[in-house]
Amino acid sequence: MRDFISRNPLLFIFLIAGYAFLYLPIFSLIIYSFNESRLVTVWGGFSTKWYGELLDNAPLLNAAWLSIKIGALNATLAVILGTLAALALVRFRKSRGHKSLGVMVTAPLVMPEIIIGLSLLLLFVALEDLTGWPAGRGQTTILIAHATFSMAYVTVIVQSRLAHMDPSIEEAALDLGARPVRVFFTVTLPMIAPALAAGWLLAFTLSVDDLVIASFVSGPGSTTLPMVVYSSVRLGVSPQINALASVIIAVVSLAVVIASVIMYRSEKAAARS
Amino acid sequence: MMPLRVHGFNSQKLIVAIPWLWLAVFFVLPFLFILKISLSEPQLAMPPYQDWVREFEDGLLTISLNFGNYILLFEDDLYLHALLGSLKIAGISTLICILIGYPMAYAIARAPGHLRMPFLMLIILPFWTSFLLRVYAWIGILKDNGLLNQLLISIGLIDNPLQILHTPIAVYIGVVYSYLPFFVLPLYATLVRLDNTLLEAAADLGAQPLRQFLTITLPQSIPGIAAGGMLVFIPAMGEFVIPDLLGGPDTLMLGKLMWTEFFNNKDWPVASSLAAVLLVILIVPFVLFRHFEQKANEEDK
Repeated sequence: MRDFISRNPLLFIFLIAGYAFLYLPIFSLIIYSFNESRLVTVWGGFSTKWYGELLDNAPLLNAAWLSIKIGALNATLAVILGTLAALALVRFRKSRGHKSLGVMVTAPLVMPEIIIGLSLLLLFVALEDLTGWPAGRGQTTILIAHATFSMAYVTVIVQSRLAHMDPSIEEAALDLGARPVRVFFTVTLPMIAPALAAGWLLAFTLSVDDLVIASFVSGPGSTTLPMVVYSSVRLGVSPQINALASVIIAVVSLAVVIASVIMYRSEKAAARS
Repeated sequence: MMPLRVHGFNSQKLIVAIPWLWLAVFFVLPFLFILKISLSEPQLAMPPYQDWVREFEDGLLTISLNFGNYILLFEDDLYLHALLGSLKIAGISTLICILIGYPMAYAIARAPGHLRMPFLMLIILPFWTSFLLRVYAWIGILKDNGLLNQLLISIGLIDNPLQILHTPIAVYIGVVYSYLPFFVLPLYATLVRLDNTLLEAAADLGAQPLRQFLTITLPQSIPGIAAGGMLVFIPAMGEFVIPDLLGGPDTLMLGKLMWTEFFNNKDWPVASSLAAVLLVILIVPFVLFRHFEQKANEEDK
């Protein structure tokens, strides 16, 4: 570390300044969530009262619960679809539809959310008109919309894991007479499990965080957390939102710490064996 | 070699077909509806557009296409200004991301091996917390009595608060802040794979570090810059949350205008034609993105 700094002092300063830019706004959110004053950025003494008010905010808690539910379902669906897409892209390069699948899977990564949201809403309205399904819009339509764009992220993660996997273990299992399905579940799946876990978490986060797409494809009675936050934030800063942000940051940081410890331990165990 | 291939024809077909069909139905097919609705006439009903094909009482079918929405986009200055506004904000933000992100990605790639992962984690971590809340954080920093103005006044740099929130500057800050990680990651991936032997050869031949960078590292990292740049530029073109929360009433961008047409004016046909125009504009950067991304990945193999 010291060696790196002394060789590239300017680069290091740039890096630290970049991190400050990324993190200072987040720290400011946390600090002012403990502010007594309603004026958010004017310090009025330490207080945890906004956390208490957060717990009494029924619409916000309901929306949070709905978001978590949709997020978990979405993540599971996206991992299944994304893993299939990754397998198709890495393993079946010669099959029909390989090229078009590659394009279709990359496009949602960069497509502006507002286009995905509007186009899916138009599809759902037209489908309902033609077939009666989906009857109205709500959880199901949000779930479909979220799975469609978050599976693309899962595909990228699983794809790189599959591409860097040593094929000889699978080959050995096949040579020993294991059926391909069995090889997939006993050899391939455990080897790509970390990628699946990372993909699941990312898909969950993307879903819980999405405002724009959900606003288009949700219906009455299915208000997600970002929609509640957005309508509150539009009216200006509010200490309750700061408290909510701090809770989310705490949960995410905890998850990251736990994940790193698990990864560190499994790497150590792998190194020992 | 490829275990699932020997499993037979059907399971392989199924593995390709399921994600293919899902994306065809829920990602590609909806674009056709954007095109369809953009050519229909608005009406006061639900859904608020008329079908092209109408059947009259005498059994006569008529098909009517309405190009009026597109004509409106060309005739009303508002839409042209929104398009130019989006191009300008997305373009300049991408350039700022390159200026800030390149040294960061370069520093991480040059860092000793055991520091690279923690440094990268620090880039990715903000991405895991809510985007909406991170944009919201800037309201508290940039507003008239916000943290930045308080700081500048307290150190005596200014006497009266600067108006930053609800100006284009706030939108630039918001876009750069939100999309910087998307630029740094692909560029880092390119930089870390660069062949060091070329640099060593250049150093042996007496090239100065700056010259080494300009003639070797920079040209080799162009696929990474382009791929990362498109990951900023394309979503920024359609950005809604940032101009809405940080921009002012005169910050015109396509995404915000589409939102207003759709939710406030309930004009689905005009919102659809805006989406169609945005899609057409984004095809070129998307093709560039695919090209450079594949190029960056090919060098890996």
